[in-house]
Amino acid sequence: MLPTLSVDRLRVSFSHRTGTIEAVERVSFAIAPSECVGIVGESGSGKTQIFMAAMGLLAGSANVSGSIRFEGKELLSADAPTLNRVRGSKLTMIFQDPITSLTPHLAVGTQLAEVLVSHRGMRWNDARSCALHMLERVQVPEPKRRLNQYPHELSGGMRQRVMIAMSLLCEPSLVIADEPTTALDVTIQAQIIELLRAVRGEFGMALALISHDLAVVAGLADRILVMYAGSIVENANADEIFRRPRHPYTAELLKCIPSVSGSRLARLPTLAGQPPQPGEVLEACPFAPRCSRAADRCRAERPQLMGTAGAQVACHFPLAS
Amino acid sequence: MNTVLRVRDLRVDFGGHAVLRGVNFDLSAGETVGLVGESGSGKSTLARAVLRLLQPAQGSVNFYGLDLLTCPAAALRARRRDLQIVFQDPLASLDPRMTVGQAIAEPVEIFEPGLNGGARLQLVNAMLERVGLSAGMAGRYPHELSGGQCQRVGIARAMILSPKLLVCDEVVSSLDVSIQGQIVNLLLDLQREAGMAVLFISHNLAVVRHLSHRVLVIYLGKLVEIAPCDALFAAPVHPYTRALLAAVPRLPHAARAPAPAGPVVPPEPALQERLMASGCAFRDRCPYVLPVCETNEPPLVEVAAGHWAACHRSQETLIPLSFAS
Repeated sequence: MLPTLSVDRLRVSFSHRTGTIEAVERVSFAIAPSECVGIVGESGSGKTQIFMAAMGLLAGSANVSGSIRFEGKELLSADAPTLNRVRGSKLTMIFQDPITSLTPHLAVGTQLAEVLVSHRGMRWNDARSCALHMLERVQVPEPKRRLNQYPHELSGGMRQRVMIAMSLLCEPSLVIADEPTTALDVTIQAQIIELLRAVRGEFGMALALISHDLAVVAGLADRILVMYAGSIVENANADEIFRRPRHPYTAELLKCIPSVSGSRLARLPTLAGQPPQPGEVLEACPFAPRCSRAADRCRAERPQLMGTAGAQVACHFPLAS
Repeated sequence: MNTVLRVRDLRVDFGGHAVLRGVNFDLSAGETVGLVGESGSGKSTLARAVLRLLQPAQGSVNFYGLDLLTCPAAALRARRRDLQIVFQDPLASLDPRMTVGQAIAEPVEIFEPGLNGGARLQLVNAMLERVGLSAGMAGRYPHELSGGQCQRVGIARAMILSPKLLVCDEVVSSLDVSIQGQIVNLLLDLQREAGMAVLFISHNLAVVRHLSHRVLVIYLGKLVEIAPCDALFAAPVHPYTRALLAAVPRLPHAARAPAPAGPVVPPEPALQERLMASGCAFRDRCPYVLPVCETNEPPLVEVAAGHWAACHRSQETLIPLSFAS
């Protein structure tokens, strides 16, 4: 089956007066139709840049190589009209902060309807009634009233529902959700996760869920990619990642997450050290300085992502499965 | 125990809109009290009101016998060295034109003007080391540091005068999980050594749990539950506390709290005013609402030793299963 998104040897770097900064290095993965893939990693690990590249939203100083195919069509070399046909209709993105993603001076209904007018050539009246219908489907209370409201009149959770509605209008094949709940309260976060689960079932699109929070991803993802310093260090079934992490970084990250249940600890487990500085050229495993299992080989040779399509790890000495 | 802070009937209005509606609590030396609640519940307003960074409408904040809200400005200023705060955004709370060393030295220059340069430098370097930064960092500017390093500088600046009270307003919220633990552990160590009282405000319940001795839960400007930390997480009484705990995303192998049914959407501002006017403010979201909740505001009552809750059904809630089902 043709994957919905396939990323092959993607490299994203930024030219900077002090040199070149590698944000994404040799990243390859695929997302199957209707699959939910979680992409986790700390700030600066490159998780967002992969998808900004797919959406053609990278900063002007970015250099991109490799390939990103969406339903078989190359996105990186696509011209603007081709990209514009796909973006916002079949391939959509939801961002962390819904207030900056919505236009402040247009009513919500207008912004939603505009998507259908421009992508589907609908008449404004029809587009507005489709928009209303979509607001109902994402459980926005009093949807009719919302059409005439401006983004600042809505709560954060409601704005994120509007963004989700907008991303679904043209029946997308892939929705990219970049930290969709990070700016929200836990109670609202739980609802948005629930909503994403529901719309996935209803619309059957693939979902790329980017988050720094493994627990958020845990509730939704079929498969998880763990990123560290611009590379994928582990790519496996979600159950496997949580039950038997194979990369030491994944295992350490899981230990670091404080819990509201179980025994209370006198000290929180931590990961000593810092991720490598951007711009550092790495011949070695980027995690080696922080890894308790690191050996000479780890400091000399960078491990490649290896394994079967179901479970891959980039580590010379992975934890036993 | 040695009471550092006694807050009574603290009320804050913004343009006639009540933000804090009579908050009461004590804080002892060496104690960490966590404060949790959703955005808009009044967490940060409480932090600022306690330190008189804004002027409350009513109430008292007694700090070692001095009412911070009514004392003359000069007396307050003299006490400021004992009252410190660290903010959420570590970069925004540091002056971009000051080096790390200057930022940490500034409080010493103000409150210990007699100290000579050499002694001050020694203090700054010791503090840098204490928060896990090298003395070589002193010449750096905030923009050259990572978020975690900036937060260490913020903590160093707050701690250098050995304050009696440290308010931490969402200090780990913008940090990655691996760095978050380092900062939490640093605060734990500093408290063990310096013995200050800590008011730790966070929306991250898991972090609050690991750090706090007691927890305050705030909803629409009022404390709805006060409990020893373990009791709060093992047997939360107020339906709001239960809703908060149930909403925390868990890893697959972690035990799940039974999720209470009912609407969990926070009320819109217009409705908030009505909810706060009479009865229990949480009633529109509460799955366990009774007719009495519409008319009578539940007072905070002690349901177990040191465990207080403001709910008409707080006595029933002590039997968790019958209540949650």
